[in-house]
Amino acid sequence: MARPVRFNVNAERDLKMVKEGPEGYSGEGFFTTNLDKVVGLARSNSMWPLPFATSCCGIEFMATMGSTYDFARFGSERVGFSPRQCDLLMVMGTIAKKMGPVVKQVYLQMAEPRWVMAVGACASSGGIFDTYSVLQGIDQIIPVDVYVPGCPPRPEAILDGFMKVQELVHNRETLRRRNADRYQELMTSYGIQ
Amino acid sequence: MSEQHHHVKLPEGSIEKTTTTLNMGPTHPATHGVFQNILELDGERIVSAEQTVGYIHRAFEKIAERRPLYQITPLTDRLNYCSSPINNMGWHLTCEKLLGVKTPKRVDYLRVIIMELARISDHLICNSIVGVDAGAYTGFLYVMQYRELIYEIYEEICGSRLTTNIGRIGGFERNFNNTAFTKLEKFLKEYPGVLKEFENLFMRNRIFMERTMGTGAISAERALNYGFTGPNLRATGVDYDVRVHQPYSSYEDFKFIIPVGSTGDNYDKWLVREQEMWESLSIIKQAYQKVQEFKGAEAEVYHADVPAYYLPEKKDVYTKMEALIWHFKIVMGEAEMPKGEVYHAVEGGNGELGFYLISDGGRAPFRLHFRRPCFIYYQAYPEITKDSMLSDAVITMSSMNLIAGEMDA
Amino acid sequence: MPLTNEIIEQKLVEHFGDQLTDFEVPYGLLSFVAPKDLNLKVMQFLYDDPELKFRFLTDLTAVHYPDKKGAELAVVYHLHNLVDNIRLRFKVFTDIAQPDVFTATSLYSAANWMERESYDFFGVNFVGHPNLKRILNVDEMDYFPMRKEYPLEDQTRIDKDDEMFGRGGSIGI
Repeated sequence: MARPVRFNVNAERDLKMVKEGPEGYSGEGFFTTNLDKVVGLARSNSMWPLPFATSCCGIEFMATMGSTYDFARFGSERVGFSPRQCDLLMVMGTIAKKMGPVVKQVYLQMAEPRWVMAVGACASSGGIFDTYSVLQGIDQIIPVDVYVPGCPPRPEAILDGFMKVQELVHNRETLRRRNADRYQELMTSYGIQ
Repeated sequence: MSEQHHHVKLPEGSIEKTTTTLNMGPTHPATHGVFQNILELDGERIVSAEQTVGYIHRAFEKIAERRPLYQITPLTDRLNYCSSPINNMGWHLTCEKLLGVKTPKRVDYLRVIIMELARISDHLICNSIVGVDAGAYTGFLYVMQYRELIYEIYEEICGSRLTTNIGRIGGFERNFNNTAFTKLEKFLKEYPGVLKEFENLFMRNRIFMERTMGTGAISAERALNYGFTGPNLRATGVDYDVRVHQPYSSYEDFKFIIPVGSTGDNYDKWLVREQEMWESLSIIKQAYQKVQEFKGAEAEVYHADVPAYYLPEKKDVYTKMEALIWHFKIVMGEAEMPKGEVYHAVEGGNGELGFYLISDGGRAPFRLHFRRPCFIYYQAYPEITKDSMLSDAVITMSSMNLIAGEMDA
Repeated sequence: MPLTNEIIEQKLVEHFGDQLTDFEVPYGLLSFVAPKDLNLKVMQFLYDDPELKFRFLTDLTAVHYPDKKGAELAVVYHLHNLVDNIRLRFKVFTDIAQPDVFTATSLYSAANWMERESYDFFGVNFVGHPNLKRILNVDEMDYFPMRKEYPLEDQTRIDKDDEMFGRGGSIGI
């Protein structure tokens, strides 16, 4: 017997940004809204992720890219491996201290606007590996936007994390995030110019 | 060609460097895992290669010295994470060897089903990724769909898809329910057709054959000297398979063949893995049939009767005194742990996965060492790819099925 | 006559006399101790002998026994005779102050990285190894982490409170 659904019951309310467009004023043959909102809508539905897959979470990402969970329907048909061309750095798997400089280098090479998603317990906080050789979370070296916990997270969880990134990109970010003060402070706190 | 290059006369005083250094760095496309190859290239030919591993070193062996035996199972999951049930079962078998636990036949047959499903899942990824690296993405996507069926079977049994932590010392944590067997039957019915279609895409495909035949070859003597095991060794012609030579978990009751190649090149490795998937399917069918022959009370057996190492059921813990005492002893680490050293090996997806366990009578092992096949055979990569083209080196790397979690532990 | 543990032990004792000690058969695997200068000679004998034919190095690892003063580090070799299907294990002990052991890379290419791993974790110095550097840990590390005196966790991290994780001063783990 199925248990009653307890989570995500307000799908109507939460998925509003997908079903309707941004608010604006429309008339015969035209529609006006903020540039922010339109650009945010375009960006959020065409995020190109960079799958930085190191270990087990990478295999769950491969399952997410497969046809059962289909990552491509979110606009991420093209996963790229070149940091210059990608918007979203998805760090999936344990990052050891030996790998830390590599992650930082890849992050630095990404062009603005860029977002970071930490997939899995190891990327979020070190996971079950509280050892001398594992970095306890990638937020020690780069700023992270969304954390997806799980060991490994189910593909639905990865998709949920991705949708949260989409919400960030669409609703919460201004057009030129890189010029905002708060962002600049965050970058300097990580030692990134 | 390189001969022409040497006839070119460089002007006086120019720097003579004849090779290019290329870094196939820790971040690969095509999700192999994190290890680095620094290649010296002469045009497109590889002159030498130097590897750096350890980018995902998680200190499993040191963590294991802190944890009691049953808590080490989740660590073994993350060794070869494409086929984690095999690692789990290998660890349980090692503990059972140390503790002197004998599992009933039904448990053995259920373990065989799980292990062969994991082997299919591992070889599927390897073969389809070889296709992706050769440029054929379709096979991979098509076959991943059917890996989901395997994940669903794991989910019914233990609740998790990838890092399964299946089983306990002495058996399983719960009996396989009817849904698991229904899903297994569905898999056994649908999968052979899929595997045949996947084969038709690659096996006699002219482009694939020309890409993989003759590349990445290694002779049997060198392979044995390098400590190769598993499909990489069987592709060179040596028929060493731990399931047959030192059977564990009642593998001697099953009939299957060991597919063997001849030259050890990439095409042979692909074929060996493909045939091993067919053999695994046949083993699963035999095991399923044997499991169904148990009737009545025997069909309910899913663990050995070892109260000292297998946690009793919760309802007994709440009502019976002995069960409560055993529960307390196991969880607090007061159970009798013999002193000794044991080495046990299972046939993992990549070869002989060995566990060397030294116990000093305490709760946690004194020393636990994993004999990881990936780590050992990756050493041969410079020798294999010497004088081969760069694109062949990529396919060689993916056909060796290098899993970073197993390499670095 | 099929090869058994007794035949192997007998041939070894015939060839090396009483330099090999502690012959025992835990869980069906013949296991003995050799003095550290003889490790290559023992492996070469086991390789060349036409009856013994141990030509596959399964595993090479090290163990730290802090209580055995003068012989703290042990290097353990697991060998396998693929034709007759017999395994064997032998150990050599060495002092932690001067942990020099001859390398097996001339005989088995598989030993290359396995010895680097043992060096990385325990500090065993393999004499004659072509490239003895750290392999799994960061190159700048200055201690040998698997030795018993070093802890598992990174002592320099400030964000996690050991008390909250069930370890730390008051618990004593």
